[in-house]
This record gives sequence, C-alpha cells and structure tokens, in this order.
Amino acid sequence: MLHSILFYVFATIMFGAALGVVFSRNPIHAVMFLVFTFFNAAILWLLAEAEFLAIVLVLVYVGAVMVLFLFVVMMLEVDIEAAKRGLTRYAPLGIGLAFVMAVELINVIWLRGKLSNEAGGFAPTPEGYSNTEALGAVLYTEHVFAFEVAAVILLLAIVAAITLTMRKRPGLKVQDVAKQVAVRAKDRIRVVKMDAEKKQ
Amino acid sequence: MIGLQHYLTVSAMLFVLAIAGIVVNRRNLILLLMCIELMLLAVNTNFIAFSRFLGDETGQVFVFFILTVAAAEAAIGLAILVVLFRNRRSIAVQELNTLKG
Repeated sequence: MLHSILFYVFATIMFGAALGVVFSRNPIHAVMFLVFTFFNAAILWLLAEAEFLAIVLVLVYVGAVMVLFLFVVMMLEVDIEAAKRGLTRYAPLGIGLAFVMAVELINVIWLRGKLSNEAGGFAPTPEGYSNTEALGAVLYTEHVFAFEVAAVILLLAIVAAITLTMRKRPGLKVQDVAKQVAVRAKDRIRVVKMDAEKKQ
Repeated sequence: MIGLQHYLTVSAMLFVLAIAGIVVNRRNLILLLMCIELMLLAVNTNFIAFSRFLGDETGQVFVFFILTVAAAEAAIGLAILVVLFRNRRSIAVQELNTLKG
C-alpha cells in the first residue's frame, strides 16, 4: 500500500516536473526542472529495486550531465524574448500529437496487453538479493566486451568535445614551452675574457 | 500493487511529453537536447520495468550502456552547440540554413 502511494506521488511529481521542462520559458528553469525530473525518476527506479542504476542516475546525470547543461545555458546567454515568440505557434500541433500518441500507448498497455499477470504486481525478489552484485556479475562476464566499448565511447566523447571547443586565437601572446625548455645557456649568455682592471 | 503496466504508463506519458516538447520548443536547440534526455529517461524506465518484471538483469545492463552513450552524446552535442554559438551568435534552429541551396 505504502509502495503504491509512493509510486503515485513520485510519478505525479515527475510528470509535473517534465511539464515544467517542456513549457518553461526560461532555459535555466527548464534545466532545474529536468534535474528534479531525474531525482523523481531515480526514486521510481528505487521502487522497482534497481538501486544501482538509481544512484548512477543521480550521480552521473544530475552530477555531471545536468551541470554541463547548466554551464552551457549560462554561457550562451540565450535571448529569452526571442525564444518566447515562437512558443505558441506550434503548441496546438505538439499537444495534439502528444495526446493521440498517449491514447494509443495507454490503449496498447492496458487494454490490449497480454503481459498483465493476475496479481498485478512484480514478483518478489529472492531472499538476500543484491541488485549491485547481480548487475556486476552480469556486466563483467557476459557483457564485458560491450563494457569496454562503452569505455572507448567515453574516451571518444572526451577527445571530440575538446577538439571541437578548442580554438586558436590569432594575436594572442602565449609562451612556447618547448622553445623555453630547449634553450641552452650558450644561446643567451656571452662569456667575455678580459684582463683584470687595476684598482683606481 | 504497482506492476509492469504502471511503469510502462508513466514512461509512455514521459516519452509523449518529450515529443510534444520537441514540437513546441522547435526554436531552442538546448531545449531540444533536454527533451531528448527526457525521452531517454522514459526508455530507461521501460527497460528497468521489464528487467524487474522478467527477473533478468540484462535490461539493467542496457540501461547502464544507454546512460553511458547519452552522457557522451550530451557532451558532444553541447560542444557542437558552443562552437555553433561562437560562429553564429545564435542557437535558433530556424537560422541554421547554411546548407540550403
């Protein structure tokens, strides 16, 4: 019972936050609503006993990706007034499309579904079940190749992001470290031999 | 009792809302990227619900990889956005018509 109440409460909050993402005028508010949506989704995943992924969603998504979004939104100083003007023109089309799709999907899930089990709930997990342990046991054995490919994709993302955003500005005065290191004393100092002068 | 169908309904509503968001916010590229993140969240919720329903961890492994690829996609997408803004001083989608003949 408590489980159901928690599910409905957090699902409702998540849907409201997602509405905020889509319809808020200010991009920074949209990012904040998206963070809130992710938190609520993490709670829903916890209720489905996917603890590891719920923590990963908060740590990786809220902690890294959304901060990156916020950073870019603040850096780009987007013209809010210009974004506002186009908002209502396509709103009826979008909402109509969403409504039709929602009706179809809910029809498929609830009325035509052959998956519905009689009890209506998930089967209980076995005693002493650890989600993280089970996930690790599958991830590092069956899916180890995909795991390594994921690592390569992350490396690719790092390299791509750096090469895309790095730029050479002409006329900028910077030190050439290689030149500084390669210089020798005899290039800079001239030792002059001369006789000692008499004291006056 | 909360079962598979409840989770599927929530994620279907989230997905549909993200599609509406892509149509409504057609002008702002950052909001489009955020709507794509919402869609990915809905898909991941589906995967987790089915994984729990079938008692099989493979679905959660898929969510793990989707999260990885989505993080990479967000990083590269935002980098492209920054370069675009640097060149055009705008990220409005309707002004991206350089390739138009």
